[in-house]
Amino acid sequence: MDWQALALSLRLAALTVLVLLPLGIVLGRLLAFRQFRGKGLAEAFLALPLVLPPTVLGYYLLVTLSGNLPIGQAWQTTFGHSLVFSFEGLLLASIIVNVPFAIQPMQRGFEAIPTEIREAGACSGLSPWQVFWKIDLPLAWPGIVTGLVLAFAHTLGEFGVVLMVGGSIPGETRTIAISIYDRVQAFDYHAAGVMSALLLALSLLALSITYVLSRRVGRRHG
Amino acid sequence: MDRSGLHVRLKQTAPIPLDAKFACGEGELLALVGISGAGKTTILRTIAGLYRPQLGHVGCGEATWLDTERGLDLPPHRRRVGLVFQSYALFPHMTALGNVLAALGHRPAEEREAVARALLDQVHLHRLASRRPAELSGGQQQRVAIARALAREPLVLLLDEPFSAVDRPTRRRLQTELTELRQAVRMPIILVTHDIAEAAALADRICVVDRGETLQTDRPADLLAAPANARVAFALDLPDEQGRIF
Repeated sequence: MDWQALALSLRLAALTVLVLLPLGIVLGRLLAFRQFRGKGLAEAFLALPLVLPPTVLGYYLLVTLSGNLPIGQAWQTTFGHSLVFSFEGLLLASIIVNVPFAIQPMQRGFEAIPTEIREAGACSGLSPWQVFWKIDLPLAWPGIVTGLVLAFAHTLGEFGVVLMVGGSIPGETRTIAISIYDRVQAFDYHAAGVMSALLLALSLLALSITYVLSRRVGRRHG
Repeated sequence: MDRSGLHVRLKQTAPIPLDAKFACGEGELLALVGISGAGKTTILRTIAGLYRPQLGHVGCGEATWLDTERGLDLPPHRRRVGLVFQSYALFPHMTALGNVLAALGHRPAEEREAVARALLDQVHLHRLASRRPAELSGGQQQRVAIARALAREPLVLLLDEPFSAVDRPTRRRLQTELTELRQAVRMPIILVTHDIAEAAALADRICVVDRGETLQTDRPADLLAAPANARVAFALDLPDEQGRIF
């Protein structure tokens, strides 16, 4: 069992979720309640990581984050090391890859709130900020938690993008999914089996939580 | 010029045609009557600030909520309007008490619960204060919606088809309660309904709406006895002089 890889995966997943929580709420709510030109295109763009092969996404991230483009150059100048093959680069890639997993359930959660209930909030004297805290968040929370759980579980299991952007540097970019691959390459099936079972259990738990919460969203206004 | 009560003047050609002008005095109940899709609810939503017409003026007493000529359009939470939605639109995650408390943000925190309980008492729901909307009947939900609308201490009370979603006995009971409520409050009340009999029984005056246009405003007996023209009679589904239905 590669505890270092597990700890790194958990840290990566926790930080990914921490960034995606406010981002998902803001974007999910915007997409749920606002109509604007190009909304379909924006939604398609955000959903891209769902259908793109991880290697394609990983390739573009590798090119973008390397020192050849402004974002990579700026990071290199400021912090003295490259974004690629570093934990920070891995985190950025993980956030981008998980955007649809976090945002889509959150958007569905906000969309499930009937317009009249939000309007009733405004007519009861609640400011838009108070409507957000007292109406939107309590009613959309199953969708929000579902998004976070999915993003967390997906980060633990992500392989292709991690390999492309992070490589397999112990303690820096070697996640548990990469470690399983390395163990298999080394014919250490026992260690690979233990880690695989752990990921399987975590994934099953995450999916159970999301299904239970999805039913809650559907039932809420029944 | 008499500035007491509610004054509404709206004009718009598209997307929903509007040509409405009416007033409702203190303590008066004015019914907006017309067939489904006549624009009654849009007028009500405009008063509440949930819809913005191209041109219009909405004011109540000294307060002006909408004046398109001056570019003034206060958002709903800054208009003292109590709106009872057709679906009641109660907050499903809050108890009956919580729903009323949510509309008492303008009162000092220590007073809110006592005021909310008094309002639930007024609508005969004090025993059900801890129930959530899903645990209440249609009639009880409507009472919570009325208590919540009154909690705002509104300058005007707006009722959107309040009796359409309940059975006949409940409707009769709620209509009696509305009549009782009018003894207790003095603000103008606008009732939207497609039912002329209901409007005639409850309202002081009726304003006939057709395709967004207010055609005639009169006392129920006068309106029913002498509709201004064939369009009014048609909108109210009244027989003409020869006894024919338009």
